[in-house]
Amino acid sequence: MTAGSVFYWIIFILTALTAIFAAVMVITRRNPIHSAMFLVLNFLCIAVLYLLLNAQFIAIIQVMIYAGAIMMLVIFVIMLLSVEEEERRRLMRPSPAQVMGVVLVLILFAQLIYGVAVEVLPGDLGEFSPERIAKLGDIKTVAGLLFTKFLFPFEVASILLLVGIIGAVILSKKER
Amino acid sequence: MLSSVPPIYFLIVSAVIFAIGAVGVLIRRNAIIVFMCIEMMFSAVNLTLITTSHHLNSLDGVLMVFFVMTVAAAEAAVGLAIFVLLFRGRGTIKVDEINLLKW
Repeated sequence: MTAGSVFYWIIFILTALTAIFAAVMVITRRNPIHSAMFLVLNFLCIAVLYLLLNAQFIAIIQVMIYAGAIMMLVIFVIMLLSVEEEERRRLMRPSPAQVMGVVLVLILFAQLIYGVAVEVLPGDLGEFSPERIAKLGDIKTVAGLLFTKFLFPFEVASILLLVGIIGAVILSKKER
Repeated sequence: MLSSVPPIYFLIVSAVIFAIGAVGVLIRRNAIIVFMCIEMMFSAVNLTLITTSHHLNSLDGVLMVFFVMTVAAAEAAVGLAIFVLLFRGRGTIKVDEINLLKW
């Protein structure tokens, strides 16, 4: 084991544990603002995991779009609706449906772990080796694909965003 | 190369975060927290896509994550507008009390 790979392991373990801790905090905090802050922490940890996987473009996009834009919107809405007090007032008691849901998710989790741990990762190696990506740069390679092979989904995504904008404006417009 | 952690550990982290998000969707009653848990599950799935595409020397997973993020952004705008509208009309965003579609 070289020093670089030990460092890689240390960063991976620290980041993964922080991400899981933040995820648990998101679903256990009473105050929605605290949940949102821990969700930002979770997104930042996942961005570091993307960096470890040599996907710099996606890491930057994760920080900008998820941790920046979407969470800012969520926090705006939480403050606008001021739901903190009513959430804090009531004591949480688990209902049978919630217990059942947790059991079902545990079964799902066991299946997921079985799926990734027992089977070997299938598929053939593609053409974009890390050396080739490093030669041109991650963003240039992704952009080259985006404007050639994935041009049609790219245009559809732009229409989807336009529809999203129009939908949000129409929904939040006052009628009278 | 640089990556010395086998892909299975990344996939396990992703599965754990996905399961925690699913638990949050099922046990929380506040619609905004349910929404945030769904975003968390999105990003867990994105981590899976990036992991497999890195270890198969492909970029298709990266492009797919790009489009998933586009959809998530549009969904956030429309979903939060719906929450504001619900709160304006019914005075609550508890998912238990929003039962217009229930028979």
